[in-house]
Amino acid sequence: MARALIHVPATAKRGEIIEIKTLISHVMETGYRIGVTGAPIPRDIITDFVCTYDGEKVFRARLFPAIAANPYITFFTVATASGTLTFSWTDQHGATQVQTAAITVE
Amino acid sequence: MAPRRPKDRAPRRPKDRAALLVIASLVCSTAFAADIPLEQRRSDDAFVSADTRAMQDDDTANPGMLAVLDGETLWQEKAGASGKSCADCHGDAAKSMRGVAVRYPAVLSGQDHPVDLEERINMSRVADQKAAALPFESKNLLALTVYVARQSRGLPIAVADDTRSHTFIAAGRALFNNRQGQLNLSCAQCHDDNWGKRLAGNLVPQAQPTGYPIYRLEWQELGSLQRRLRNCMSAMRAEPYPYEAPELVDLEYFLMWRARGLTMETPAVRP
Amino acid sequence: MTPSRLSRRKMLQAAGALAGTGGFLRLAIRPAAATPEMMQEAVRNAVGEAPIKKGKVKIDLPPLVENGNSVPCTVSVDSPMTRADHVKAIHIFNEKNPQPNVISVQLGPRAGRAAFSTRIRLADTQTVTAIAEMSDGTCWSDDIYVIVTLAACIEEPN
Repeated sequence: MARALIHVPATAKRGEIIEIKTLISHVMETGYRIGVTGAPIPRDIITDFVCTYDGEKVFRARLFPAIAANPYITFFTVATASGTLTFSWTDQHGATQVQTAAITVE
Repeated sequence: MAPRRPKDRAPRRPKDRAALLVIASLVCSTAFAADIPLEQRRSDDAFVSADTRAMQDDDTANPGMLAVLDGETLWQEKAGASGKSCADCHGDAAKSMRGVAVRYPAVLSGQDHPVDLEERINMSRVADQKAAALPFESKNLLALTVYVARQSRGLPIAVADDTRSHTFIAAGRALFNNRQGQLNLSCAQCHDDNWGKRLAGNLVPQAQPTGYPIYRLEWQELGSLQRRLRNCMSAMRAEPYPYEAPELVDLEYFLMWRARGLTMETPAVRP
Repeated sequence: MTPSRLSRRKMLQAAGALAGTGGFLRLAIRPAAATPEMMQEAVRNAVGEAPIKKGKVKIDLPPLVENGNSVPCTVSVDSPMTRADHVKAIHIFNEKNPQPNVISVQLGPRAGRAAFSTRIRLADTQTVTAIAEMSDGTCWSDDIYVIVTLAACIEEPN
C-alpha cells in the first residue's frame, strides 16, 4: 500500500465549493531513464485517479509519465451531502489502491 | 581573511620576520573565507522558489510528509530479539523526541567521536532493540530519521560546542574550507563567499542544513545530509567520502554548528 | 474519460509515422524528444477535429523552472460549471518531453470550479499547452513558454 495524504475539509456547507488535495507515494518511473546497467528502467506509473463522492465520479484524471513522482493533485468539488469520498489510484498494471475521507455537510 | 599585522608591530629580527611570514602564509593558505555574520544567516529556503517554499509549508503537498508517516508506523513496529518497538521505551515521539534532532551530531558519553542522528537511531536499534542496524540511506532508516527530526520542527539548532566536540567541529571546518577535486573548489567558496548569487537557474544557498532529511526535487525522494554532501562532492568532481565516513560526520557537525540558532524545518523541500 | 482516444496504439502510430526509417528504432530504445507535430497529433487524438480557440483557459507555470523533475502547474477555466454550461475535460500537452501528453482530466457540474493543480516533469525549455473541452462542444486553449535549466550541480546517480 503506497502511503497517501488526503486533505478534505471535515465540514462544509451544502453547496459550498471545497478544495481537495491528494498526494500519493509513487516513483512514477517514466521508462525513459537509463539505469546503471545501460538498459532503460521499465516504466512504472499510476495511470488513473478517480474521486467518487455521493454516488458519482466527480473527478477523473489520466496520468502520463510527465506527472512528477509522488503525484500531487488538487481539485474542487461541490459539497452536496455528508458521507465518504473515495479516492482510487490505478497503476499501469491494473493494481488499484483505494482510500477514503469523510465529510459532514450542513 | 586573516588580519594583517600593522606595520609598526612587525618584528625587527630577520629570523622572527621570516618565521612570521611562514606562519602568515600558512594562515593565508588555509585562510577561512569569513564566516557569514550571524545575523545574515538564512535557511536555504530563502533561496528556493516561492513554489518550492509553498510545497514545503503545506503538509499535504510536502512529499517528505509521506516518509514521516512511514516513520510513524516504524516507530510502533516491534523489532529485534527484544520484541520492543521504539514506542515501547520512548512513548509518544512528539514528546520524547522533541529537541533531539537539533542536538545532533553529538559526542555521546563513553564515545570518542561524534555520531549523527541516523547513527544514533541505529545504535538504539542494535543495543536496545537487539535488532540489525538499518542500512544507511535505506528507506526505513530515512523514514525513522525524518520522523524523529520532524518532532524538532520549529526549534533552534543547538549542537554542543565544548571541549569534547571542539576538535571535530574544527575538523569539519577544515573540510569545508579545503579545496578539492578537479575543479579545486571548496565548499566555502560557494556557500560562504557567493551565497545569494546565481549558478545556472538556481540561487546559491548558504548550505545551512536546517531541514534534513530533505525531499530533493533532483532525487524525487527523501535523502540524508550525507547523501547531499556526497552529491555535492561528485558535482565538484571530487571523490566523495563513503557513507558514514568520519569526515562526513565531522562536516555535518561543523555545518550544524554553523547553523546554530537557525530553526529546524524538517522535512524540507529543496531543488 | 474516453481512454480509447488516447490509446497507446495511436500514440505509437503517430510516433512511427513521424520518426521514419531508423528513427522508430531509436524511439524504441530511447525516444527522441517529442516534436511539436507529435503534440498536434496528440491534441487531435484527444479533442477530435473541433477548432481550438484561445481564451477562457489559464495555465500557470513558473516561467523559470527551478527543477524540471517537479514543476507546479495549475489550470483554471472560466466557466459557470452548471449542467447547461460546464467544462467536460482539460488536457495538458507539451512539445519537448518524450511524450506529448501530460494529464487529462474529466470534470462535470459537480466540480463547482473548473480548476486543478498538479506537479509535472519538463525535460527542456518549451511551450506547455492546456486545452479545455466544453459541454457545448467548443474547445479553448492557453499556452505558456517555460525555461528549464539543468540543475547547477549535476551529480552522478546515487
